Amino acid sequence: MPQQPQIRLQSVSKHWGATTAVNDISFDIQPGQFVILLGPSGCGKSTTLRMIAGLEEASGGKIHIGQQDVTHLPPGDRGLSMVFQSYALFPHLSVADNIVFGLRSRKVAKSEQRERLAKVAELVDLTDYLHRKPAQLSGGQRQRVALARAIISEHPICLMDEPLSNLDARLRSDMRREIKALQSRLNMTVVYVTHDQVEAMSMGDRVILMQQGHIVQDGTPDELYNQPASAFAASFIGSPAMNLLPLVLGEQGAVIEGEPTTPVAPMEAAGGQLGVRPEDIELRPASEAGIPAQVLSDEYLGADTIAHIAVGNHTVRVRLSGKQALSGKPCKLYWTPDSAHLFDQQGLRQQALAPLALPASHRSVPRPPAVGSFQH
Amino acid sequence: MNLNAHRTMQLYGALLLLPAALLLSTFAYLPTITTVINSLFLPGFRGEPAAFVGLDNYRVLLDDPTFWKVARNNLLYALGTIPTSIALALGMALFVNGKLPGRGLVRMAYFTPTILPMIAAANIWMFFYAPQIGLFNKLLGALGVSGVNWLGDPSVALGSVIVMSVWKEAGFFMIFYLAALQAIPPELKEAADLEGTRRWSFFWRVTFPLLMPTTLFVLINALINAVRVVDHLFILTKGGPNNATNLLLYYVYENAFSFFDRTMAATITVVILLVLAVVATLKFTILDRRTHYQ
Repeated sequence: MPQQPQIRLQSVSKHWGATTAVNDISFDIQPGQFVILLGPSGCGKSTTLRMIAGLEEASGGKIHIGQQDVTHLPPGDRGLSMVFQSYALFPHLSVADNIVFGLRSRKVAKSEQRERLAKVAELVDLTDYLHRKPAQLSGGQRQRVALARAIISEHPICLMDEPLSNLDARLRSDMRREIKALQSRLNMTVVYVTHDQVEAMSMGDRVILMQQGHIVQDGTPDELYNQPASAFAASFIGSPAMNLLPLVLGEQGAVIEGEPTTPVAPMEAAGGQLGVRPEDIELRPASEAGIPAQVLSDEYLGADTIAHIAVGNHTVRVRLSGKQALSGKPCKLYWTPDSAHLFDQQGLRQQALAPLALPASHRSVPRPPAVGSFQH
Repeated sequence: MNLNAHRTMQLYGALLLLPAALLLSTFAYLPTITTVINSLFLPGFRGEPAAFVGLDNYRVLLDDPTFWKVARNNLLYALGTIPTSIALALGMALFVNGKLPGRGLVRMAYFTPTILPMIAAANIWMFFYAPQIGLFNKLLGALGVSGVNWLGDPSVALGSVIVMSVWKEAGFFMIFYLAALQAIPPELKEAADLEGTRRWSFFWRVTFPLLMPTTLFVLINALINAVRVVDHLFILTKGGPNNATNLLLYYVYENAFSFFDRTMAATITVVILLVLAVVATLKFTILDRRTHYQ
């Protein structure tokens, strides 16, 4: 039996004059879930979060928190806390005063304030900094103060608006793990807005991908990665992004534009796109079976190499392990049918059609699907 | 070689300072010093050299009942204008910083008194205050209340001058507050809202402390203005009736150019400078410690 959802959005919209920021979106969030609102800038994810917080009023639809309809309730009565992108710390107050600011507003007894402060400061590792002003802290420490301020309120719901985007890359990966650990330890319901797919994949129990005010896909990170609902979802998740190749009509089926020799999908898929992730493509010597192609250049990234390969009129990226120098060589591309995705003309996933299997290798023993097998 | 380069740099620096130093010494430091010197001498008559009298001039000044009356007036004027104009400025700034229709127009309206020259403003207020045809008495008459002689009655005149000064100053200070308010990130308000912080509580706990540097700046300015502004007295009251609205600087002017007592004028000026210096130092040392600068 499904639990009572903690947050429920029903056909929520937000308009500013003629522009529509959020267009008729609905979803339920269960208690204890870590939900990511993901999308490029301007897709309406922050607006959605701010409507849940009550900082923006919804133009249409209903928002429920627990049993209560909060659509028109002021932010302070919704029982949630929020971490802002800019941290929104009060610059004239010490770390301690910043953290207990909300408790003072809610007239919590002084002794209890002190107790909760000590506990939370311990939790986020700020005990030695309580007397400092925010200006005397590093970016990561300020971030912790903002977190502490959200945690100390003991609201079951915490909203986070791109909380890590002002940190440098290394600190960011530490904080990702810390936030995730805090969330599961305190069993908070978190709604987390980000445009960074790495944050979405690594932190979320569930990712809601948005584009132009609509929800494109709502699922687990695994589902988003393996069954992207649209070409947009496919290109947004994964780094480097999924290769999208336009398909045209060939003799035995749909072929990649400019590469008529090998059919890759049924006839009906022509006009749409074929998507293959760079890590799912196998690079083979030119003498073997596969789609003929030519390596243009390679980017060495340390653990792996991204090869840019011309196939037909297009370029695909292929992820190979280790360092490989392949520039200028002809080669063959190969992938298994279940790692390829078909999208129709509107960019939506085609459930009814399956990609064709590529001609198998001359050798009867299938080679391991390890990436970078070109060097064997 | 190295020493030479160092000298060149020093010369360069000195040359850069020269224009400002020249202007300041000609129009600020030199007059200050000659004023102090003047206050220690009595001028000689019929070509005799001025006689050094030490602090005698100060003794005479302290025995002058008019000086004490003027000083008291100035204190009342400061107490009447400074807190009121600052509070009004802050209130207006908070008001026009919010979302309201025609915000630009209201802002401009608040600022208009500032761009009017004091003489022009005083002339306008003359018409408000005039006993028979004045706006205030006309309005009072319409309500059936008999009018007041705003500028002629010694017990009301100083108050009338104060009201006009507040009207003139508040808009100017509002601009500083408005700029400071707009520098406060809106997320602070949102973060406080999420905790259900009341508007009033947010003002005292966040807005007001963050405006402290501006308040300090405005306070010093207001203090200097309280002693400095004389132009409206020329138009409105000329210090009368019976010195009821006479202020320190106007008294200096009277001594110097009406009574031709340059020595007394210099003595009062030195006293004003001393008082201002002490008050400004006190303000900066006491308030600075409690002020958060970003």
